[in-house]
Amino acid sequence: MELTRREDVNRRMLRARDAMDRHYAEPLDVPGLARIAHLSASQFGRTFKDVFGETPYRYLQRRRIERAMSLLRQTDLPVTDVAREVGFESLGSFSATFARIVGRPPSEFRAAHGALAVPSCFVAAWTRPREAASKSAVSEKRAGPRPQ
Amino acid sequence: MNHITSLHIRSVPVLDQDEALDFYTTHLGFEPRDDVDLGFMRWLTIGIPGQDTSLLLELVGGPQHDPATAAQVRELVTKGALGGTFLLSDDVHATYAALRDARVEITQEPVEQPYGTDIGIRDPFGNHVRISQPAAG
Repeated sequence: MELTRREDVNRRMLRARDAMDRHYAEPLDVPGLARIAHLSASQFGRTFKDVFGETPYRYLQRRRIERAMSLLRQTDLPVTDVAREVGFESLGSFSATFARIVGRPPSEFRAAHGALAVPSCFVAAWTRPREAASKSAVSEKRAGPRPQ
Repeated sequence: MNHITSLHIRSVPVLDQDEALDFYTTHLGFEPRDDVDLGFMRWLTIGIPGQDTSLLLELVGGPQHDPATAAQVRELVTKGALGGTFLLSDDVHATYAALRDARVEITQEPVEQPYGTDIGIRDPFGNHVRISQPAAG
């Protein structure tokens, strides 16, 4: 298979983004992701934005909040545990970030939404919020649960 | 009444038909079906043994697309932004182990869902493939 340079970069960046999807609750490991993409750490963020239209930090934050929405819909975990599961150490930071992105607090979201019986990749892709995200909340880090 | 009876063929955009054929038959259990040089295109289909529905491994480009459009489609494929294929397995953990050992790109290890257990992989071009084992009962 012959790829243009642009297509090859896309493909390598997609591998890196898939790794972010799998390890969303872990610290954002830019050097490690850059290695997956065969780029320098300094090139990674710029290239990610060029390919996917947002920074890795923003993508990770949306991924974490999407996972939190899923856990709130499908489990009875306390909100504090949900926050930890998706990579936040501070409940306050999680709740503020969640409310800013989703438009309502986690507990209110849970009360309004039940489990969705469709393949989880569609739920993940279609419920991932697009609103702007701050870097501060994404800097909350913790090793976490299995990817979905 | 529309008289439609089944899903027959679904196209999957690929960037190399030989590589696609090898991937889907070697790793995912598809069987080759039609492989016909029509002159203007190679009509290449595969399917799961015992099932009528086929996937058309359709090369991006050719007369159907102007060069700029073909480049856009290739761009989307390599970004993983075009659709996906959903398969069922009767032992998704074994499927996962085989794909992992074959060093296929895994996007998701087995995860229990309300509807069953599923995994995610990518084909060589970036297309997403989801494999599920429905929950018993």
